[in-house]
Amino acid sequence: MTTPPTPAPAAGRASAVLGWASLVLVGATVGLGLVLPRTQEQAEYSRLIAVHPPAAWASYVAVGVAAVAAIGFLVTRRGGWDRVTIASLEVGAVFTAITLATGSIWGRPTWGVWWEWDARLTTEALLLAVLLGAVALRRSLAPGLGRGVITSVAALATVGLLPVVHFSVEWWRSQHQAGTLLAPDPATNADNPYIVAMLVGFVAFSVLFAWMVVQRVRIEALEEEADGIVLDRAIAERRAEASPARGVTA
Amino acid sequence: MWSDAGLVAGKDLRIELRSRVALNQVLPFSFVVLVLFAFALDPDRGVLERAAPGLFWVAVLLTSLLATQRSFAVEAADANRDRLRMSGLDPAGLFLGKAGAVAVQLLLLEVLLLVGISFLYGIALRSFGLLALTCVLATLGLAAAGTVYGVMAFGLRVRETLLPLLVLPVLAPVLLAATRSFEAALAGAPRETVGWLGLLAAFAALYTVVGLFGFGPLLEES
Repeated sequence: MTTPPTPAPAAGRASAVLGWASLVLVGATVGLGLVLPRTQEQAEYSRLIAVHPPAAWASYVAVGVAAVAAIGFLVTRRGGWDRVTIASLEVGAVFTAITLATGSIWGRPTWGVWWEWDARLTTEALLLAVLLGAVALRRSLAPGLGRGVITSVAALATVGLLPVVHFSVEWWRSQHQAGTLLAPDPATNADNPYIVAMLVGFVAFSVLFAWMVVQRVRIEALEEEADGIVLDRAIAERRAEASPARGVTA
Repeated sequence: MWSDAGLVAGKDLRIELRSRVALNQVLPFSFVVLVLFAFALDPDRGVLERAAPGLFWVAVLLTSLLATQRSFAVEAADANRDRLRMSGLDPAGLFLGKAGAVAVQLLLLEVLLLVGISFLYGIALRSFGLLALTCVLATLGLAAAGTVYGVMAFGLRVRETLLPLLVLPVLAPVLLAATRSFEAALAGAPRETVGWLGLLAAFAALYTVVGLFGFGPLLEES
């Protein structure tokens, strides 16, 4: 271990405020979403507009935050940036999965299929795979400076790749005739209550993302502290084992 | 940097030439993949013929995984990793050498696989210039990205299982672009390959830059 673990930050007032704010806002999103009127074509499923676009937004924010934190770590080599990187990658994977799940639930009744090889879906699915890969890589590394460097480079490689993935799958689809199942953008002709619910959803999921990252950073710091304690104890035990033997030989 | 790259690439290629792992194991593996595709997709319905460019590149992708694993497995044995770190070779040169050796092996393999799909799937090969250009650009991207992720997973006990998860989603753009470029070339529509070749070049450039700057720190910390 090259960096001594910094003391874990206590769950401060900011964390409590964020927690309560995200609880209230997510509650408001669910409430607004449930009272939305049903539409002709999409019936009850149109209400997913309150959660689906905000979840997708949160997944993009997560990747952006992870990239900034990765650069921060590579420049300053401070453990705090590293914890934010891994926290964002993990929380980002959760939101990406939520995006795919809600989109799929909406797609089944609306498009008639659970999955459509549309450019956005394919990009998001590949993003999930890349995020899971980065998280798996992180978890198999031993704590220390090296883990931070490798996680940061993996996070940056993910972000640099995103535009390439997005355009490649967009062009890939454009070679085929335009999918008849592609949904028209719901925001363009959505009536006011839909937009209100979606906007509240954007704020709610952003605050929720921030709260989850704060919690995940705390857990990471506590884990590093626990690792340090275990290591110190093991060293003390080995010393205790060695000292009587040394006494005999002396 | 270049002389170091030449040294490393020469060493890796000599190892492959003498051990014959690429010839005796990797190459037969890629042919087994081609045959398995034929079992999975009914050869009588013309599916194989239509899907041949995609199947070719999936076979190359899977084989590139083996080549990358092998490239780092030879460095993992006998504490070679520490010797590599302390060798004083330029890390950028190391990256170019490792990636270059993988690229050379993949290019040779692609030539043989092209003969394979033409023979097994009944594909009439044409526009050889475009096919060759696609192969070169795609291979540079595969080798560069594979080497970057290979060194990331280098020091891990779970290297064999983790590397495919890390690298295959990342290689998706190469698979798409190379497949489309092949399809257009084989269909005799050279203009349609331009965008895809550009994408392949951009991917190769992106990962070459990441490798040139990142290989040193990654090798140091792995």
